[in-house]
Amino acid sequence: MPDTTTTGIVAARLSGDALKLNFADLHAPLADHEAAVAADRCYFCYDAPCVTACPTSIDIPLFIRQIATGTSEAAAKTIFEQNILGGMCARVCPTETLCEEACVREAAEGKPVEIGRLQRHATDTLMAKQAHPFVRAASTGKTIAVVGAGPAGLAAAHRLAMLGSDVTVFDARKKAGGLNEFGIASYKSTNDFAAREVDWLLGIGGITIETGKALGADLSLDDLAAKYDAVFLSVGLGGVNALSVDGEDKSGVSDAVDFIADLRQASDLTSLPVGRDVVVIGGGMTAVDAAVQSKLLGARNVTIAYRRGRDRMGASKYEQDLAASKGVQLMFNLQPKAIHDGEIELAYTDGSAEVVRITADQVFKAIGQTLMTDAGLTLEGRKIAVDANGRTSRKGVWAGGDCASGGDDLTVTAVAEGRDAAMDIHASLMGGN
Amino acid sequence: MADLTTNFLGIITPNPFWLASAPPTDKEYNVRRAFEAGWGGVVWKTLGMEGPPVVNVNGPRYGAIYGADRRLMGLNNIELITDRPLEVNLEEITRVKADYPDRAIIVSIMVPCEEQAWKDILPKVAATGADGIELNFGCPHGMSERGMGAAVGQVPEYIEMVTRWCKQYYDKPVIVKLTPNITDVRKPAAAAMRGGADAVSLINTINSITSVNLDSMSPEPSIDGKGSHGGYCGPAVKPIAMSMVSEIARHPETHGLPISGIGGVTTWRDAAEFMALGCGNVQVCTAAMTYGFKIVQEMISGLSQWMDEKGYESTSDFVGMAVPNVTDWQYLNLNYVAKAKISQDDCIKCGRCYAACEDTSHQAISMSADRVFEVIDAECVACNLCVDVCPVENCITMEPMKAGEVDPRTGKVVSDKYANWTTHPNNPGAVAAE
Repeated sequence: MPDTTTTGIVAARLSGDALKLNFADLHAPLADHEAAVAADRCYFCYDAPCVTACPTSIDIPLFIRQIATGTSEAAAKTIFEQNILGGMCARVCPTETLCEEACVREAAEGKPVEIGRLQRHATDTLMAKQAHPFVRAASTGKTIAVVGAGPAGLAAAHRLAMLGSDVTVFDARKKAGGLNEFGIASYKSTNDFAAREVDWLLGIGGITIETGKALGADLSLDDLAAKYDAVFLSVGLGGVNALSVDGEDKSGVSDAVDFIADLRQASDLTSLPVGRDVVVIGGGMTAVDAAVQSKLLGARNVTIAYRRGRDRMGASKYEQDLAASKGVQLMFNLQPKAIHDGEIELAYTDGSAEVVRITADQVFKAIGQTLMTDAGLTLEGRKIAVDANGRTSRKGVWAGGDCASGGDDLTVTAVAEGRDAAMDIHASLMGGN
Repeated sequence: MADLTTNFLGIITPNPFWLASAPPTDKEYNVRRAFEAGWGGVVWKTLGMEGPPVVNVNGPRYGAIYGADRRLMGLNNIELITDRPLEVNLEEITRVKADYPDRAIIVSIMVPCEEQAWKDILPKVAATGADGIELNFGCPHGMSERGMGAAVGQVPEYIEMVTRWCKQYYDKPVIVKLTPNITDVRKPAAAAMRGGADAVSLINTINSITSVNLDSMSPEPSIDGKGSHGGYCGPAVKPIAMSMVSEIARHPETHGLPISGIGGVTTWRDAAEFMALGCGNVQVCTAAMTYGFKIVQEMISGLSQWMDEKGYESTSDFVGMAVPNVTDWQYLNLNYVAKAKISQDDCIKCGRCYAACEDTSHQAISMSADRVFEVIDAECVACNLCVDVCPVENCITMEPMKAGEVDPRTGKVVSDKYANWTTHPNNPGAVAAE
């Protein structure tokens, strides 16, 4: 039987029971009493800073007051009106750098109102009833193609369907959900939540999902533009940046996003192999998710090596602390120089001449993702250029989410962009410009 | 540490904290626990006349309202006077008093408005060795339907009559407990005084329905789908009680009548406030029912610390000190001008002061794009609402303007002279200040 000391990349380093515990919900849902106590702490601020800090501008004081007065379903509706993926955002949002950082009680006491967990309490309550809280408007007779069934695409599709249009959502993968389904650490989205959320969202009606269809391969923008009244591109960033160092082609080197996706899709965690000594290259959420999950799977040593200082790290302080608390070592100002058998060689980026060699039987690359196809659209940097309404360089084509310019690459930002582009598409199709 | 020994009507207790006549003082077991915890005295739960005792409902007796974090702010009850036989209570009182000679036991009594009823019970109470009696003219529920409790307390003539009987047939202090369910508390207080009462105690509980069950449409506490108004008490009633106390304390006819203060006393500070308004001691119930008898320890240590800080050597040093400062609106100084001031260091930028002022008051707070909230002196009438809604203590303060400064709201120079409504030019009945 393998254990944490077994060399190489092997499965079942820990028992099934231990893995189940390790991958349980990171933040257990608030029980009714806990929610009541947490909700009581909200000051119902005027023009509240938490709302300003939320990319989807959820009316947080209102929904918390609705929880406090025993109407969590009404609270959920307040959330979903702004953010139809409020359930997932309650789980994965870096609240510590968004609403909860802005909470006045953070300023007053260093202890913000637990907005994320309260949001989850409300959305879980409503979703447990399987009630889809919205109804569609009268048909507009318009059809819209959405390419990419991730957060931006789903948010756009839902809003357009609600406004009365018929939407077809295409996705390259076999399952809808995008990064919600494939790109988020398992302990943040337990019990198949992403898939259940998609099913619930589709309860609005008027949305057809077609999986296994990728832009560039199975779909062309020209065809879509010809067939549909409007196209919304939310294809995400499907490519992974390369390290471009010697040894990158060795068998123990792989993409962190694939590792995270495999974990999410695994039905048996004991079937998932992981190295004994794992090194993750990168400094964002993906790096932390891969590193923490490696540790939880039973890797003995896990190191995150980031090429800049801690203050530049994409992962929040909270995520850094989470990684550290799970036993992940964080190293800064280091970039890979070469990958050898059982070892990675890193050089300092701060000018010091030293070279660091770390034992590694597995190396994960998490240095960012790239757009797979520009579909003939103008780019801004390495992303599809869009204006404030999500319009691309091509008339009738909008884009949002990670594939489009502007905004942080967060689930909640993608939802906001999808929603807002949908509003603009609707206005445009209904006689605007 | 300040000595809290208190002399109320010649009854000496180690501190001014007594438990009010209520469920906590219904029997020997509870009262012994109270004395062990440190309470200075108790008013034993109200005794009725000899014979079959009253019965209580067999469903909920209490209802509540809550503040944040389910903090109990107000409690109401539909419990009646003691439902145990008179003899049992008298025996227990005798035993406990013998064991705790340094603590006060006052016996609360409620019997029908007939001289014989009082003549019968008073010698029995006297035989217990208790330190005095309190006449329950206050209970608003149940007993009042039978012509007792608040039904007596609402008729000054009855109060005077019964008090006189008690003074006639009982030779220790007689305290008359007043109901707040009247329009002018000075009338029953004066009646008690005329009847020879040694003191009044107030307030008894207030008629109340704490909530309505929106499923069954029954008031709470609900007894088989029906509810009855109960007696309301707890922190929520303290302001009402203190106002009534102050009216008795400052009215010429009743000024100087000893008062035992009751109504939402929860901390040492509440007790000190009641006493500053003229109460020789205080009685507590809801706080004990919420937190247990141990709270008296905080009351004792807190009052002692405050007295030491102020240099008071005895509780009598500060009793009534605030009474001269209770006045009528017409005598308030209209030349006193204050302005709200927001401490930017303490402000957490919640904006509640802004919402309150902008939506419901005088539009006297400005809000910048980066959430800096500042008082606009030219609009501020010093209403204090911002202070009251601010979640941070002492973040917003009311700063008096100095004489000679110009009030930017009125353009007038602030005067150091006292001037009130009675002499104000806008008052049609104004008299010239001479």
